Amino acid sequence: MYEKDGEKYFVVDSHSHFWDASRENWKPGREEFAKGWIDCFYGYHQLGPPETHWDYERYLKVSAEDFERDMFIEGHVDHVVFQSTYLYDWYTEGFNTADKNGGIKDLLPQYSEQITVNGRFDPREGDAGLKRLEEDSKKWNLKGVKVYTAEWYEGSRGWRLDSPEAYRFLEKCQELGIKNIHAHKGPTIWPLDKDAFSVVDVDAAATDHQDLNFIIEHAAIPRIEDFCFMAVQEPNVYAGLSVVIGGLMHARPKFFAKVMGELLFWVGEDKMTFGGDYNIWVPKWQVEGFVDWQMPDDDAFTDYGKLTTATKKKILGLNAAKLYDIPVPAECQLDAGAGAMA
Amino acid sequence: MISIPPGSALADAVWAALGTVLDPELDEPITELDFVESCTVSPDGVATVGLRLPTFFCAPNFSFLMVADAYDAVSAVEGVTRADVTLADHHASTEINGGVAAQAGFVKSFEGSDQGEAVAELDNLRLDFFRKAALAGQDRVARPLVDAGVGPDELSDMNLGEVPPSSDLVRMRERRAALGLASDDSAPLLIDAEGNRITPGQVPLHLRRARLQRVGIETNGEFCKSLLEKRYPVAK
Repeated sequence: MYEKDGEKYFVVDSHSHFWDASRENWKPGREEFAKGWIDCFYGYHQLGPPETHWDYERYLKVSAEDFERDMFIEGHVDHVVFQSTYLYDWYTEGFNTADKNGGIKDLLPQYSEQITVNGRFDPREGDAGLKRLEEDSKKWNLKGVKVYTAEWYEGSRGWRLDSPEAYRFLEKCQELGIKNIHAHKGPTIWPLDKDAFSVVDVDAAATDHQDLNFIIEHAAIPRIEDFCFMAVQEPNVYAGLSVVIGGLMHARPKFFAKVMGELLFWVGEDKMTFGGDYNIWVPKWQVEGFVDWQMPDDDAFTDYGKLTTATKKKILGLNAAKLYDIPVPAECQLDAGAGAMA
Repeated sequence: MISIPPGSALADAVWAALGTVLDPELDEPITELDFVESCTVSPDGVATVGLRLPTFFCAPNFSFLMVADAYDAVSAVEGVTRADVTLADHHASTEINGGVAAQAGFVKSFEGSDQGEAVAELDNLRLDFFRKAALAGQDRVARPLVDAGVGPDELSDMNLGEVPPSSDLVRMRERRAALGLASDDSAPLLIDAEGNRITPGQVPLHLRRARLQRVGIETNGEFCKSLLEKRYPVAK
C-alpha cells in the first residue's frame, strides 16, 4: 500500500518476473541470443532514473531477499502477479518459468498470499501442451496466463492467437477457470515478412471469447494505434502499462503524457493496469512517480483529460484486483480517502 | 564518429543518399536516427557503410529493408564503384548482410536460415507503414489549422493547394504518392485509407485517429533513440 496526501493506494503489480539470466543458464550454443535478450532488457532498465540503475551482473539474477525488499518492503506492492516467459530455446532452465517464479512462495512464505503465479501456453506444443496447462493450473491455481506469440519453438518463429490451434488452448483456459490472457507481441515471428507486432489476431480471439480478458502488455507498443483502434471496440481488451510507465515516464515525459492521454481516451481508466516489469525496473519510483504525475498544462496537452485520484487508484491496483479477485481493504477503496466524493 | 573525408564531394553525395533511406517503421531517415555508424569512401570509389540499430532483436524485416535500401541508394551515386553496406550487432546480421551483398532479396536471404524463413518480399509491409505515415501526416499538417480555429466544415473542404507550405506537407505528399493516392494541389487534405474525402461529420474522430497514429510512430522513435543512446553511448 502506498499512502500520499491522505490517500491510500492499493498496488497490484500485474506484470512481474523472478528471472534467471545468469551465465550458467545460457544454453550452450545459444549464448549470443541469451545475452542479446537480457542486454535488450538492460537497455530498457537504463531508461529509469539514474539512481535506480544496477550493475549488469546484479541485473542478471536477483535473490529472494532482493525481491522481497524491492517489491514488498520498498516498492509499495500489495500483490504481485508473475508473468512467465519460458524461452527454453536460449535459457537451459528457462528464463522465468512458472516454477521458477512460483518458487519464491516457498522462499518468502510470509508473502505467499500476496503472490499470484500465472502460467503460459504455446499452441505449438499440441496435446502435450494442453496436458501441461492442466497440470500447471492444478499446481498454481491459475487465473491467468502469459502468451508470447513471438517465442521461438523448434523451427517455428511465432504463432497467432486466432489460429485453431490457439483456440483449443483458449477453450481449455475457459474450462479451467483461467480468465486472464496476457499477450505480449514480440519482434520475431513467422512469417518474417509480416508485421510481428500486429495485434489483429487478438481482435478475433477477444471477440470469440467474451468471457476471457485479454490484457495486452506494454499497450502493444510499438503498435499502440492498432491496439487502441481495436480496444475501443472490444470490451474485454485491457492495456497493460508495463514498459509504458517504466520506459517513458522518466526518460521521455512528454511522450509518456501523450501515450497516457491516448490510452485514457481510447481504452479508458477502467481497463488500464499497472505493471512494474521487475526486474527491468523496481516498482518504487514508478508507483511514487505515477501518484505524483499529472497531465501537463501546456497547450499541446489540452485535449487530454486530467487524472483524478480515482483514476490513479484504479490503474495502480483496483482494476487488476478485480481481474484477479484480490480482496482490497476498505481504506483503499474508491469511496475512502481524502478525495472521496460525497 | 562519421569519418567522411572532408571536402570530398563524393563522400557528401553518399551521405546525402543515405539521408533518403527511411526506417520504414519510424518514417525517419537513418542518418537522423544515428543508425549510420560509419561511412567512408575510398579514392577508387568504394563506399563502405556500417549500420547499427537500437537492439539485438530489432525486427529482421525492417532491418533488412534499411540495409537493402542503403545499398541501393549508395550504389546509385555517380562515382561509387562498389557499395559495401553491413549491419552490426544484430541477431540476423549474417543473413541480412549476405543477402544484401548478393542482391538476393528478402526471401532468398532467409532461405534455410536458423532465424526463420520468409514467404514473401517486403513491398506490402512497406506499404502498410506508408499508410500509417500518410495518416500521421494529416495530423502534422492539419493540427496547426485546428489550433488556429479552422472548423470541421472547412477542413473537410480543404485541398492540399490551400494549405500553407511546410516540410510536413511535402513529406505527406511523398507518402501519398508512394501509395498511389492523389497528392497534387486539388487532393483533399483529409482522406481515409482509400483516398476518399473525410466528411465534416467524420472530421473529429478522423483527427483523433490521425493524432493517435502520429503519437504511436513518434513514441516508437523516442524508444528507439533512447535505447540506441544506451547501447552506443556517445563519449562525453
